[in-house]
Amino acid sequence: MKLTIQVNEGPYQHQSADTAYFFAKAAIEKGHEIFRIFFYHDGVNNGTRLTTPPQDDRNIVKRWSELAQAHNIDMVVCVAAAQRRGIVDDGEAQRNGKDATNIAPGFRISGLGQLIEGGVQSDRLIVFGD
Amino acid sequence: MAMLHLVNKSPYDACSLNTASTIMKDGDQLLLIEDGVYGAMKNGKAASLLKGLKVAVLGPDLAARGITEDKLLDGVDVIDYGAFVDLVAANDRVQSWL
Amino acid sequence: MSETKKMMYINRRAPYGTIYAWESLEVVLIGAAFEQDVSMAFMDDGVYQLVKGQNTTGIGMKNFSPTYAALGDYEVNQIYVEKESLEERGLTLDDLQHLVWEDEDEDYAEKDSIRLVTRTEMADVLAEQDVLFNF
Repeated sequence: MKLTIQVNEGPYQHQSADTAYFFAKAAIEKGHEIFRIFFYHDGVNNGTRLTTPPQDDRNIVKRWSELAQAHNIDMVVCVAAAQRRGIVDDGEAQRNGKDATNIAPGFRISGLGQLIEGGVQSDRLIVFGD
Repeated sequence: MAMLHLVNKSPYDACSLNTASTIMKDGDQLLLIEDGVYGAMKNGKAASLLKGLKVAVLGPDLAARGITEDKLLDGVDVIDYGAFVDLVAANDRVQSWL
Repeated sequence: MSETKKMMYINRRAPYGTIYAWESLEVVLIGAAFEQDVSMAFMDDGVYQLVKGQNTTGIGMKNFSPTYAALGDYEVNQIYVEKESLEERGLTLDDLQHLVWEDEDEDYAEKDSIRLVTRTEMADVLAEQDVLFNF
């Protein structure tokens, strides 16, 4: 099964970022393919490398980066939602005159078309949100 | 062509369980996750919404909230993330009632 | 794209209190370019998004409600509005924007985009879809 996962909420604020992660992990363990994980609305906040969660708590951003790296998953942060919320990569920094970037490893910023494409190309789309 | 319905909110907080349970068709599957698991508790008023439906709940979310299986409605399946994935595969599409 | 899928965007939240209504509309507009079989559903508080006469000056937010009127131009003309959701909220079709599209196969005749459906009919519509987007 080819899956696209949509994550609508930021880390820690809502459990959906956690549920999406455990679902993705279980899907991989079962031999399914994750076509794309698309982060929208506040979900783009899963893609900042500047979080410092407490030592005794899970590191959501790092967990995503590690999952992406281990399994070559395409993790896309929506550009429009990212611009609103301040998730920035080199390209966005240049284009919008920002003096810093904060995108976490394993994430890339791209357009909403990536979500639609995920819906078209995958066997299932699952949305996690509030 | 069956649908997997996900509800992640407590029925005492939002209308999603009401909407999902009243729109479900024969053969559809309901899966309660996150705060949605409270909907499966037998002594709650919302239990009546689940009558006649195929209902599963995510075990880890029950455990996190201190809900033991004896507190659940009869006939509710307690599943893990792996079985969650299987339900997605077994049904034709997924509707997340956020 | 190798195939055409039936894609539905489901709207269940009121506008302005949260960003979901606006950001979901942004997906619909981008999605319109992908030549899929697109439709939208408005149910629960989502029906409030279509209420006419929105004036956001006092709250300092962009009034995005004119965008619904433009959906017809993007060939998004299958807009399902749930009857029970309207009734629960004391609304009728008259409270909503009159959304239309121009059918080029019928000399650009103006047709209604909104289809009022019961919950039972909505269930059938949902069951026909390949992909369901929720926000």
